[in-house]
Order: sequence, then structure tokens, then C-alpha cells
Amino acid sequence: MGHTLAEKIIARHTDEAVTGPGQIVRCKVSLVLANDITAPLAAKSFRAMGAKKVFDTARVALIMDHFTPNKDVASAEQVRGVREFAREFGIEKYVEGGDCGVEHALLPEKGWVGPGDVVVGADSHTCTYGALGAFATGMGSTDIAAAMALGETWFKVPPTIRVEITGTLAPFVGAKDLILMTIARTGVAGATYKALEFGGPVVEGLSVEGRMTMANMAIEAGGKAGLFAADAKTLAYCAAAGRSGDELIAPDEGAAYEEILRIDVTGKSPVVACPHLPDNVRPVEEMADVVIHQSVIGSCTNGRIEDLREAAAVLKGRKAAPDVRLIVLPATPAIWRAAMHEGLFDIFLDAGAVVGPPTCGPCLGGHMGILAKGERAVATTNRNFKGRMGHLESEVYLASPAVAAASAVTGRITHPKDL
Amino acid sequence: MIYTGKAHKVGEHIDTDAIIPAPFLVSTDPLELGKNCMAGLTPGWVKRVKAGDIIVAGENFGCGSSREHAPLAILGAGIPVVVAASFARIFYRNGFNMGLTLLEVGDQVARIKDGDELSVDTGRGVIKNLTSGEEIVCQPVPHSMQAILDAGGLVNYVKARLAAPEARA
Repeated sequence: MGHTLAEKIIARHTDEAVTGPGQIVRCKVSLVLANDITAPLAAKSFRAMGAKKVFDTARVALIMDHFTPNKDVASAEQVRGVREFAREFGIEKYVEGGDCGVEHALLPEKGWVGPGDVVVGADSHTCTYGALGAFATGMGSTDIAAAMALGETWFKVPPTIRVEITGTLAPFVGAKDLILMTIARTGVAGATYKALEFGGPVVEGLSVEGRMTMANMAIEAGGKAGLFAADAKTLAYCAAAGRSGDELIAPDEGAAYEEILRIDVTGKSPVVACPHLPDNVRPVEEMADVVIHQSVIGSCTNGRIEDLREAAAVLKGRKAAPDVRLIVLPATPAIWRAAMHEGLFDIFLDAGAVVGPPTCGPCLGGHMGILAKGERAVATTNRNFKGRMGHLESEVYLASPAVAAASAVTGRITHPKDL
Repeated sequence: MIYTGKAHKVGEHIDTDAIIPAPFLVSTDPLELGKNCMAGLTPGWVKRVKAGDIIVAGENFGCGSSREHAPLAILGAGIPVVVAASFARIFYRNGFNMGLTLLEVGDQVARIKDGDELSVDTGRGVIKNLTSGEEIVCQPVPHSMQAILDAGGLVNYVKARLAAPEARA
């Protein structure tokens, strides 16, 4: 019988024979990740476990990206604690300051994750690396501390929902819309404990960056992982990131899927996820009466160079509405530099945008763009939970970079074709 | 293990931003986090809770971020058990790792009302509603999870493993 991507990747990292969903396996990990919010707890647990060393100083990544540049004394103290932990245990991939970017944009760009890897991270959006054909999943800090000490973890082999996407994409419809449409179909708990495996001609046609946007939000369907085959595009991306020796990886013919979900995108409009759950998805045209006060373009979901190009193409020669704060946060220093050299910053600044540093910041209501009571944002981020970006009575609408840019111009949720 | 306490009902899809909003993630101390438990749902929610009380939730409790601060905040508020229709995956691991007991009861959650007094037998998977007199039977805590709880959480579980002669670290 054939195997799913999840089963095939897990099988490469365990001594046990992988038989199918439900089986609990001990699994070696390729990389262990934590950030400035979750690493302090992981360090505390690691010390409390009595661990004397990390399993591999080159396979632990500590990325200071959430409340950085440090937003207050307490967050600065947390980062200091992680820095000291990294030095004490010789952790090589400790990143802060001018080298730092949003973790899930930074790790693929640095070539630290790739096809066939098993990656565990104390961050729920660790599933992003599924775009490269890695089995990557989020866990809590103490699970991560255990993985740092042991170099392994346990998994229940997940059942897989295959998502087959076909049809022709209309202008301004892209990866963000595809994943929101998927979540609308599964619901926010529909993939709990399961892997999502994306395929079909539309997915094959996407760039690796677009696939990252989709894999990133698998967790918003409750998913344990969001997986893509590693194809020629993946290998080219990984080679450009300085990796070598990566191989193609694909699910077997006749793999046993729990369910096959088919989505035909022909004739579909861009979509928006309305408050307060990511599965509350509507066509953008239906939301045209919603007045917004802020537009955020960035995050681990949509802060990559292609996202910034998409937003700039819409904003070129236009200005944000007077009552809208337009905030652009390129996700890594390399993306920042590329956007600068390509002249995208001129377009953003001419549009009245604030261009900020790489940070998770506003996505989780940390800093650099917090909403007041009653305010509404359209954001390219991944969660629209109550109070996620600020006051409990504020609202977040999730959308693509093109829709976020168009909405900034009009001050209402807007289809870019209507500008 | 048998826990007795008052049920505090919350809804479906209670996310970790509701359990402990991000601005409070500048601490790792359970008691400090516990002061703001459920502040993203209702500010001041924790004031209604006494030590030993029980959260009773709908589907997908703990969805969203991987923050372990969420089960820590619940424990810090003095709540040892969460009963829910179902749990989100990362939260489910985190709960047991931190020593928080979690029981899944599916649709039967409707048979518990806010303020009911409960007696929860985690080993047998039986919840007695002392207010209504009804009894809910569910899956007991799985053995692999109970082993982590018995050790006092994942930290002690790994500590024992690292100290064992065949330890790999």
C-alpha cells in the first residue's frame, strides 16, 4: 500500500516500521526551534530537566522575532535570558537584532530547513516548512526542551486529508485565498490531529513562497502539518538558499487518505476571513461596506518579497486613505534589502505607509500597530481571534497582500480590480 | 485521581489568545500568568474562580498558538482539570506536559451547566454532576499521558530518563 507524505517523511526519521495513522512513533528531529516568547520557558524546562547539553548545537534555532526590537523591559529581559542560554549551551543558530527576521520566513531563506526534514518548533506556525516537503509541526516549550535534550520526540502518525486544487485562478486570487478557501471547507477544527497534503495543478503552479503561505495556515484548520511534495521548484529554492543534496519527495500512488477534498478555483474571487475565526470566509465583494482603520502587510504568512511585490503593484501611484494606517513589515533583512533595491519602499512611502523592521509585532498584538477599541484592520496575517491585534473590541479581517493594499487605498475592504 | 470543584463553562474554539493574551507573555511564572487567565475572553474572569474549580469547554479548546503559557495560566489560576468536548492538538500535549489534566467528553458537555458542582474521576473517566445527579462516562486519561502526569509533568519525566543509565544525553 502506498504512503502519504507525512508517513514517508516520518519513516525516514524513525527506526520503527511506519504502518499507518494512529501509531505512536519515536522520531529523530532535524531541527528544533523556539522564539523569544517560547524559548524562555523551554530554557527553564531544559534546565529543570537537568540536561547538560543540547543534542546538536547546530540543530537548535532560537529566533528573537516576536516582541522585538524589544518592546519593553520585560521582553528585553526575556531575550537576554535566551541569549545567555544560547551562549551557555553553544547554540549556533541564535539570531537577534539586524540578522533577525520572522522565524518562518528566515529559516527557509537561510537553508536551515528542507525536503524530508522533521522540524519541531515552539511556535504553532512551524507547519510553514511543509511547503518544502518537511514534516514540521508546532509544540509547546517543554516538548521542545525535551527535543533539544534528546534529539527526538514522539508523534502519533496522523491521518491525511488530501486537498486537490484545480481550475484557473482569476486575477488577484492567490495562495492566501487558496488556504482561506481550504479552511472554510474544513473549519477551524476540521484537520485537528491530521495532516493536510496539498496537490493538484494549481498547487504545482504556485511558487515555493506561495506554498509557504498555504502551509503556514494549516494550523488554522487545526492541522498538525501542511504538506507539499518537493518538486523541481522546491529543489531550486533550496539550492538558492545554499543547501545541497536535497531530493524530490512525493506521496505514493495509492496512498491511503482519510478524505480527499476537491476545490475548483475557476470563477472564484479573492476572499477575506472575517472576525473572529479564520474559517469565517467570505468573497471580498460581500465585505465592501466594512470600513477599516489599519492595513498590515507582513508576517510569517505574507511578509515575503513576492507578497511585497503584490502589494506594491496595487499601491503604485496610489495613496492610502487619510484615516488608514498602512504598515508594511518585510519579514527578514534579506527581504527588506530586496524590497529597498527594487524600489518598493518608494511605492510604499509614496502611498503613506510606515515601513517597519522585520517582526511578528502586530500579528499577535505585541507592538508596532496595535488596534484601539472599535478599530478594524485588514491584515495579511494568520489569526483574527477576538482581541488578537489589540483591544478586545477591535477586529481583524485576514486577506491577501493585494486585498490589504487595495483596502488601504479606499479605507474599505476592496477588491483590487475595483480600484 | 478525583477532583471536586465548581464548573466554569466557556464556549467553543476558545483560543490561546483568549486563555492568556499575548501582552501577558512576558512572564513564565504560573501564578503571575494565572492572574490573567481567560483575560482575552472576559477581563477579570479569574476573579470568579476558586482553587480546585474546573473549566468546562466546547469543541476545540486551546486552538491557536503553541504558547505553553496557556495551560500554565490555567494551573496558576488554581484549576487542575479542563473538561471539553474536544481539545486542539498542541494544547492537548502542552496540558499534560505541564501537569494539567484534560478530559474529552464530546457532546455530553451539554449536560454540565455553569456553576454545577462536579466530581471528576480521571482514572476511570467518570464525571459526576453533583448538582444534577447525572453521570458522564468518557475515555479515561490515556496511559501514556498518565505516565507524564504521574511523573509530575514532562520535565520530571525527561529528568528521570536523562538520569537513567541508558540515557543518551
